[in-house]
Amino acid sequence: MNHLLTPDSFHPVGLLALGGLPAEVGLNHYLLLSALLFAIGFFGVLLRRNTLVVYMCLELMLSASILAAVAFSRFNGTMDGNILVFFIITVAAAEVAVGLAIIVALFRLRHTVQLEELNALKD
Amino acid sequence: MADFFFYLFAFLTVLAAAGVVVNRNAVNAGICLLLSFLGVAVLLVLLDAYFLAALQILVYAGAVAVLFLFVIMLFDVKGGDSRKPYRKIAAVSGILALALLTTGLLSFSRHGRLPSPDLARVAAPDANLKDFGYQLFTTYLLPVEVTGFLLLIAMLGVTLLSKKAAEEAGDPGQEPGGKG
Repeated sequence: MNHLLTPDSFHPVGLLALGGLPAEVGLNHYLLLSALLFAIGFFGVLLRRNTLVVYMCLELMLSASILAAVAFSRFNGTMDGNILVFFIITVAAAEVAVGLAIIVALFRLRHTVQLEELNALKD
Repeated sequence: MADFFFYLFAFLTVLAAAGVVVNRNAVNAGICLLLSFLGVAVLLVLLDAYFLAALQILVYAGAVAVLFLFVIMLFDVKGGDSRKPYRKIAAVSGILALALLTTGLLSFSRHGRLPSPDLARVAAPDANLKDFGYQLFTTYLLPVEVTGFLLLIAMLGVTLLSKKAAEEAGDPGQEPGGKG
């Protein structure tokens, strides 16, 4: 862990983690972008309390994983990643349909979609 | 030129994704989600996955985001999030996760360099419709069958869920936006 903190390895844009990458766009750029999108979605899931927005952030994370799979597929020159993404998109569509139906049913029963008010199992 | 487009659309996608998390209004968050999906579709075009880019726009931007917006309008959710202060445990877990992610991204960018061949020298996989069809009906036949079954179950589940919800609420006339 020490090498992260030494002064010569410090970059002003270190948080975006672009400082150590070559200027030409390659596989690592796409993977970093995918990780960034995944992290943003992850924080949305942690911090937001509207069930619908939490669900949107989950979709954001899925979309980030799609980007990573296609990048791997392209830079390997094989097609398997593309097929995997095909299945991911199908399952995500089914998941959204079922999840939104559950949220609609929940809203009709409890008249709220705020997470802190849906604590019947907690008490 | 491709590099310029990568940076431009990566920036726009991350901006739209941040908009989903930051926006207090759920409708604005939904629009940002739509923009972020479109950005990812452009990045897929840059990766020569034209069919998947079209699929991303059709399924994600066309069906998923619109379904989200439809449900938001159905609820008439005012103001999005409630204004209660964040719970302590959420704050602690958020800070911990931020620290972990920052460390991970930093070490990845400095040391976890994967070999990245020049795109011009790697032949693009023939990701056109014909090859997709061939692969799906030979190598990936079983996953296709399983996914078809999953879609059937999802369709039945959505129908059942929305029917029950309508009966319990006492207004069987309105059906929520279930999609098969």
